[in-house]
Amino acid sequence: MELVEAIILAVLAASTPLLIAATGELVTERSGVLNLGVEGMMIVGAACGFAGAWLTGSIFIGALFGMVAGALMSLIFALMALGLAVNQVATGLALTILGVGISGLIGAGFLGERITPAVHLYIPVLTDIPLIGRVLFGEDGFVYFSVALIVGVWWFLYRTRAGLILRACGDNHVSAHALGYPVLRIRTFAVMFGGACAGLAGAYLPLAYTPFFIPGMTAGRGWIALALVVFSSWRPGRLVVGAYLFGAVTILQLHAQGWGVGIPSQFMSALPYLATVLVLVLLSRARSGGSTAPAALGTVFVPDR
Amino acid sequence: MQLVLERRAERSGTIALVSPLIAIGLTILTMVILFAMLGKNPLLALHAYFIMPLTDGYSLQEIAVKATPLVMIAIGLSLCYLANAWNIGAEGQFVIGAVAGSWIAVKTQGTDAGAWVLPAMLILAAAAGALYALIPAICKLKFGASEILTSLMLVYVADLFLDYLVRGPWRDPQGFNFPTTAEFDPVATVPLLIEGGRLHFGSVIALLVVVAAAILLRHTIKGFEIRVVGAAPRAARFGGFNANQLIILTFAVSGALAGLAGIIEVAGPIGHLQPGISPGYGFTAIIVAFLGRLNPLGILIAGLFLALSFIGGEQAQIAMKIPLDVTKVFQGILLLYVLACDSLVLYRFKLVFANRQVTRGAG
Repeated sequence: MELVEAIILAVLAASTPLLIAATGELVTERSGVLNLGVEGMMIVGAACGFAGAWLTGSIFIGALFGMVAGALMSLIFALMALGLAVNQVATGLALTILGVGISGLIGAGFLGERITPAVHLYIPVLTDIPLIGRVLFGEDGFVYFSVALIVGVWWFLYRTRAGLILRACGDNHVSAHALGYPVLRIRTFAVMFGGACAGLAGAYLPLAYTPFFIPGMTAGRGWIALALVVFSSWRPGRLVVGAYLFGAVTILQLHAQGWGVGIPSQFMSALPYLATVLVLVLLSRARSGGSTAPAALGTVFVPDR
Repeated sequence: MQLVLERRAERSGTIALVSPLIAIGLTILTMVILFAMLGKNPLLALHAYFIMPLTDGYSLQEIAVKATPLVMIAIGLSLCYLANAWNIGAEGQFVIGAVAGSWIAVKTQGTDAGAWVLPAMLILAAAAGALYALIPAICKLKFGASEILTSLMLVYVADLFLDYLVRGPWRDPQGFNFPTTAEFDPVATVPLLIEGGRLHFGSVIALLVVVAAAILLRHTIKGFEIRVVGAAPRAARFGGFNANQLIILTFAVSGALAGLAGIIEVAGPIGHLQPGISPGYGFTAIIVAFLGRLNPLGILIAGLFLALSFIGGEQAQIAMKIPLDVTKVFQGILLLYVLACDSLVLYRFKLVFANRQVTRGAG
């Protein structure tokens, strides 16, 4: 029983950064922009988040630092891909390379330092319920925030006028522009929302997952978040399922290593990455009838005047 | 009043030529600010980065050694990008090539195997790199899976596979438990060009690859097809070019070149298989490809320039305690500026005075 509870808790913790980063990227992509720099924004968010928390002693301020850092990084992307109409794939890659360097520079001053990680909720009686108590009432703030975030994004995209306009920009920017909507400005906001989410997801790692910063600690999570958006067919509901599934794969392979199954640990560690490839193949194949991606995703838009 | 982008009637040839130079200039300007922020003398730092490595023979050779994998990988990537196929997993293909080639070296170790060993290693490495690159290509063509994500995921898989081999079955029993294979035999080693120097035969192969790519792109129909498929997919369809076949071809070639670069690095400067055989060559090569404007000669120059930044970064760290991560920041900023300046080949800026007529008409 306790093992089951421990596994569920670990899965939630491993899934949360994926969910937050992928939620941000989902909004960005629904507006028609493909920002491949998630990994770079995450790693900068991790370094800045840790720096903020270490300097101020507050996890909350650390998380804010991470969000602002991610948003600033995404602003570079917006300037290039939207302002200068540069190829989005290449810009996203550049952002990741830059992000790895910047995070190394910032993080170098904090190597070996530790902080008190984010506190977990505790409500007497409720948190003590066996099996589900700690899962539902004993998480850290990031986990609750991630759930609120995806619900909020679902509500925004499908239940508000602004969300409808954002999706219109992603499906046909020429029509949206003809109707008088400021496509580039809307996309800039969407990109910055994605950046803030990626920064927060990165900050989660040193603030709640492990209480210290190591260079490259995102370990490809930004790329997996990008794959999750494809997995979700650009729908928030499926994104939640995907993020928790991936968290489960990560935790299961860790436990399998601990149980001493006769498979070398490196093969188990490769599982999340192989699973990503497999999922991309299976899903893309199932969708052969027609793509569910936003129609204008990744295309350059320069308004006529 | 507003600054807006406007498409040029035709691409500007002048800007196409000078844009990499503008990008380098802007990057150096940004680096000066960064050095000042780090509390280092910017002029001394620039001197350490870009001048010091050019002043002694050892560093000059080292630049050529570092440029060798960068140029080989970037040539392959440029073919992909010209055909609008996004292989960003060259780092993984590099590692798999190194592993496949090393297999022969490890298995023939201590035997009296002859001169066939090194050629066999090179061929096997190229084949393995090509096959590994074909996985994302086929996933894209058969199933429509994004080649960007699949090729990148396979980088992590390749790294872990290498890690398993050198910690497990291939570990040198006399290696004091370090995760490495034994030093390769002389027949499994890329020969040096100058006795006692650093420069090795791999650099010659890289130059041959540059020449071959230049001929392919300028003088063959395949090269023409690659350029048309990327630049004007509709025209290519009407022309009856098989875009899918070109994706397979460019992925296979770029994978083969990355794999070849991998085994040359391992059997050349390193001399044995170990984790961390690449300081990110596969990713830096993406910058090299773009900085060289996807042109073979341009890539050769860009490869030497980025190799200079690697060596300069090491010297700046030793001489001035400037962190190595500055080199990565430099490379990232450089790629951003290169892309931004490239945009000016197709577009120009124009000042627009906020839609005055429209407001008047409405009022």
